[in-house]
Amino acid sequence: MFKIFLRELRRLATTPLYWFMLVGGPVFCTVLLTTLMHEGLPSELPVGVVDMDRTPTSRNLTRNIDAFQVCRVEAHFATANEARHAMQRDEIYAFYLIPEGTTRKLLAQQQPTVSFYTNPQYLVAASLTYKDMRMMSELMGGAATRSVLTARGVGNSQQMGMLQPIVIDCHPIANPSLNYNVYLSNILLPGILSLFFLFMTVYGIGIEIKEGTADALMAEAAGGGTVGDWRTAARALFGKLAAQGLGMHVMAWLLMLYLYGALHFPCHCGLPVMLLVASLFVVASQGLGVLMICALPGLRMGLSFASLWGVISFSICGMSFPVMAMPAWIQGLAVLFPLRHYYLLYVNCALDGYPLANAWPFAAALLAFAILPLLFVRRFGHIMRHTAYAP
Amino acid sequence: MRTITIHHSFAQTLRSIFTDGGALLFCIVVPLLYPVLYSLIYNGENVREVPVTVVDDCHSPLSRDYIRRLDATPDVRVVYHATDMLAAQQQIKAREVYGIIRIPADFQDALMQGRQTHVQAYCDMSGMLYYKAILTANTDVSLDMNAEVKVADLGGNPIAMASGIHGGTDEQRSVLQHPVRYESVALYNAQNGFASFLIPAVLVLVIQQTMLLGIGLIAGTRRERGLKIDGDMGAFATLTGTALAFITVYIPVSAYVLCVVPAIFHLPQIGSLWHLAMLMLPFLVAVFNLGITTATLARQRETVFILIVFTSVPLLFLTGVSWPGAAFPEFWHWFAMLFPSTHGANAYIRIYAMGATLADVRHEYLMLWALAAFYALTAWLSVRHVFRERKAKA
Repeated sequence: MFKIFLRELRRLATTPLYWFMLVGGPVFCTVLLTTLMHEGLPSELPVGVVDMDRTPTSRNLTRNIDAFQVCRVEAHFATANEARHAMQRDEIYAFYLIPEGTTRKLLAQQQPTVSFYTNPQYLVAASLTYKDMRMMSELMGGAATRSVLTARGVGNSQQMGMLQPIVIDCHPIANPSLNYNVYLSNILLPGILSLFFLFMTVYGIGIEIKEGTADALMAEAAGGGTVGDWRTAARALFGKLAAQGLGMHVMAWLLMLYLYGALHFPCHCGLPVMLLVASLFVVASQGLGVLMICALPGLRMGLSFASLWGVISFSICGMSFPVMAMPAWIQGLAVLFPLRHYYLLYVNCALDGYPLANAWPFAAALLAFAILPLLFVRRFGHIMRHTAYAP
Repeated sequence: MRTITIHHSFAQTLRSIFTDGGALLFCIVVPLLYPVLYSLIYNGENVREVPVTVVDDCHSPLSRDYIRRLDATPDVRVVYHATDMLAAQQQIKAREVYGIIRIPADFQDALMQGRQTHVQAYCDMSGMLYYKAILTANTDVSLDMNAEVKVADLGGNPIAMASGIHGGTDEQRSVLQHPVRYESVALYNAQNGFASFLIPAVLVLVIQQTMLLGIGLIAGTRRERGLKIDGDMGAFATLTGTALAFITVYIPVSAYVLCVVPAIFHLPQIGSLWHLAMLMLPFLVAVFNLGITTATLARQRETVFILIVFTSVPLLFLTGVSWPGAAFPEFWHWFAMLFPSTHGANAYIRIYAMGATLADVRHEYLMLWALAAFYALTAWLSVRHVFRERKAKA
C-alpha cells in the first residue's frame, strides 16, 4: 500500500492539473471572496433623494441620511419618476421622497407622509438601506414629538420614555457586527474546496482508466499476489486516497488557519476542533467522490456527476436560504450533501461554541460518507480491471 | 469555398451537440432542469415563522400582549416559554429555536411610569434570514406598542398627563403617535423575496456556464479524436459555423431559461421581450467566443469541468447582485468586467425584472459587444494556433 501511496504522491506533484485543483483554484477563490467582502458590511451605498419640500428641515433630513454609514446621497432628483429611472440605470439602490409641504404640515401637526423606495432585486443593499431609512423616518417623527413635549415642559430624560418606551436590544449571537464575510466565506470556501476534492478523487481514479495505467496500478498493488483479489483493490484504492487525502488535509487546514487564525473569524470551539471538523469533511468528500466514479465509471460521467452535485450543495446546504423554508422533499435531499453537515457542525462548534458531541449526528453523517469507499472496494477492483475508456 | 466550410462546420457542430452525451447533458438537459431545481429550492421566497423561545420575566398583561403580537407576526413563531435564560439557551443548543426574546421584569412598571424598557432579542447567526426575521418582528411589535403607549391611559402615565393628551381627541392622539407618517415601498420585488432576487442572476449564469462546458466538451472530443481537418478549412470560417450552431441551439434554450422559468415560478417579469432579445445577442456571442478561448486551454476533454465549474460561485459574486457592486474593491470591480455574466446578469435583471429599456443598460450592452469582439479575437487566434499545430503534425 505504501508503494501505491508514493506512486500517487509522485503523480500529484508532477501533474499541473492537480496543482490547479489543490492549490491554484482554491487559493484564487479564497483571495477573491475574502477580499471582496473584507468590509464585512457594505457601506456608502449610493442612494437618491427627491426633496420637493426644499426647506431647512428637509435639507437637514438629507444630510442625516448621508451621515448614516450605509447610505451615501449620490444624487438629487426633481421627481420620483426620475429617481426610479436612475434606479433602473443602476445609479442608486434606493431613494427617499419628501413631498412638498412636509415641513409646513409637520409644524401645523397635520401628519405629513414621507416615503422611501428600496429595490430588493439587490436584496442585501435593499435590506441595509431599508433599515437606515426606516430609522431615519422614526427619528424624524421622534424629533417632532420632542419639540411638542419640550414646549409642554417635559424634561429630557422623561421624553425618551415617551418617544421610545420599548427599546429592542438585538444581540446577534457570535457575529455582532453582522459581518457578511464571516457569514458567507465560512461556508462557501470549504464548499469550493470540497468541490475540488470531489473532482480530484473522481479524476484520480478515472484518469487511470482513461490513460490505461489501471493495470499497472493493480499489478503494483498486487505486488506478486493475485490482481483479482479484493485485498489488492483495497491496497490500490486506499493508497491513492491516503496520498490525495494528505494534500487535501494540508489545504483544508491552511484554510482553517487562514479563516480563524489570520482573519480572526469567530471560532469559539478553538482551532483544534475546527481542524477535526475539516478533516471529517475532507474524508467525507473523498468518500462521496469514490461513490461517484464507481457509480459512473467514465471519467466524463463521474466529473459531470461531481459538478452537478457539488454546485447544488451551495444552495441546498441552507447557509443563505434556510432549509426549513424549502419544500419538504428537498429538505430530505439535503442530508445527501456533505456541505450541509459541515455547515451545521461549523455553526455548532465555531459560531456557537458548543461541544462537538452536541452535534454528533452531523459528524456521524460525515463519517458515513467517509466509509463509503469500504463498500466500493470490490467494485473499484472490477472497474480498474474491466473498464475500457470510451472517449 | 468559404460558405461550404461554414455550412459544414455548422452541421458538424449541431450534430455533435445532439450526439455527444456530455454536450447534450450540459447544453440541453442541465439548462432544462437546473433552473427548475434552483427555483424550487428558493421559491419559498422568505423564511416565515422562525421558531423562537420567550423568557417572560415580567408575567404581566402587557408582556403577554407583547408575546401575543410577536407570535402573530408572519416572521416568527413563539414555540416555547422558557422559565429562565438557561433553559432557553438549551433550546438554542438543541437547535429547536433560532432566537430568544427576553422581556425584563420591569416591563409593565416601566411602561406605566413612562420609563424606557429594554427587550432583549438574541438571534442565531447561522443565517442572516433568521436574524432579519427576528429583528423585523420585534421592531414591528415594539413600534406598534410604542405608538399606543404614548397615548394610552395607563393609570396615570405622567408623560401622557404632562403632554396634555390625556383625554384629548382621537386626532390629537393620532398626531402624537405619528407626527410624521412614513411608507416604505419595495420596488420590483415587492415581497422582498429571495428567489426573485437570486434566481435571475443564476439563470444568466446557467446559460453562460453550460455553454462554456458544452463548447469545451466538443472541442476536447475533437482534439482527442484528432478529427482531420480539410486542407482549406480556415479558422475564421470554422469558428463562424460553430458559433452559428451554438447560438441556434441557445436561442430556444435562453428563451426557456430566461422567460419560461420566471413565468412558471412567478418571478418578476415586467420587461420588454424585444429589448431582452437584443441584449441576448451580444451576450451569446461573447460567451461563445469566451468558450472557444478557454476550450483551447484544455488539453483533455475532462479538464473543462475542472476549469469551468468552480467559477460559478465566484462569478455569481462578481455580478454584484448579492454583495452590492458599489462596495467592491477597485480591483475586483475591473476584474468583474471581463466576464459576460457580470453584464448579462445585471442587464437581464434590469430589463426583465425592473422594466428598464435597452438605453438604460447602454453600458452593459456596449460592454457585451466589446467583450464579444475581444474574445472573438482571442478565439480566432487560439483556433488558428491549434490548426497550425495540427497541420504541422500532419
